[in-house]
Amino acid sequence: MNKPGLLDRRQVLTGVGGAIAIAATPLPAFASQEDLDRARRELFGDRLIQEGRVTVKLPPIAENGFSVPLNVSVESPMVADDYVKRVAILSPRNPLPNIAQFHFTPQSGKAVVATRIRMSGTQAIQAVAEMNDGSLWSGSMETVVTLAACVVL
Amino acid sequence: MASIRLAVPKTAQSGDIIEIKALIQHEMESGFRRGSRGEVIPRDIIVRFECSFEGVQIFAADFHPAIAANPLLTFHMRAEKSGRLLFEWTDQNGETWRDSADLEVI
Repeated sequence: MNKPGLLDRRQVLTGVGGAIAIAATPLPAFASQEDLDRARRELFGDRLIQEGRVTVKLPPIAENGFSVPLNVSVESPMVADDYVKRVAILSPRNPLPNIAQFHFTPQSGKAVVATRIRMSGTQAIQAVAEMNDGSLWSGSMETVVTLAACVVL
Repeated sequence: MASIRLAVPKTAQSGDIIEIKALIQHEMESGFRRGSRGEVIPRDIIVRFECSFEGVQIFAADFHPAIAANPLLTFHMRAEKSGRLLFEWTDQNGETWRDSADLEVI
């Protein structure tokens, strides 16, 4: 049991299995990333989107793509002259790129929202926030989905 | 009648940022699923949620089919005075469901 040879073989086998699993995971179709970009342009135009200030939290592995807990927070004091107006949640791989859009006001107190989303496969969910001064910020997180929400398609 | 569940603190200190949870029972049928005979199950989703406090909007959300069934939202509000929170959900056909909760600021 403790012979190094056996351990090595086990490591090799899990390594091979992992490689097969990764190879079998279909890569997100390029057109879908374009869909995300188009949806983002429809929402925000061609304005510059800076990375940062937006944190997307998802479980690293989602066993069930039908209901994945999502938490999005944006760094902002949320006062009358400095607040987050809206946050759009976008997917590069779902049948539709738009997931949700959240609208905040200074009365929101803090720009933090949580809900549960559907994910049709492993992908990086992106959140884009628009501040009251018109600046745009984005953040994203990738989640491995083992049972996709659209297996019945 | 869809069943609604709200979690709002009954009381808060002035200036506190309170957490609000709002859930509505709804299939959120995506329109991408097929039934046993291969027919597409038509889309039936809630598209809009709004929460207001004494007539002032606190938070709102637009939903697409990628929101899971029985949509649950957790968001926040800065408590400054006592009053009533109104919650309203609207589906794709314009049908609405409403509920309210009272908050006392001490």
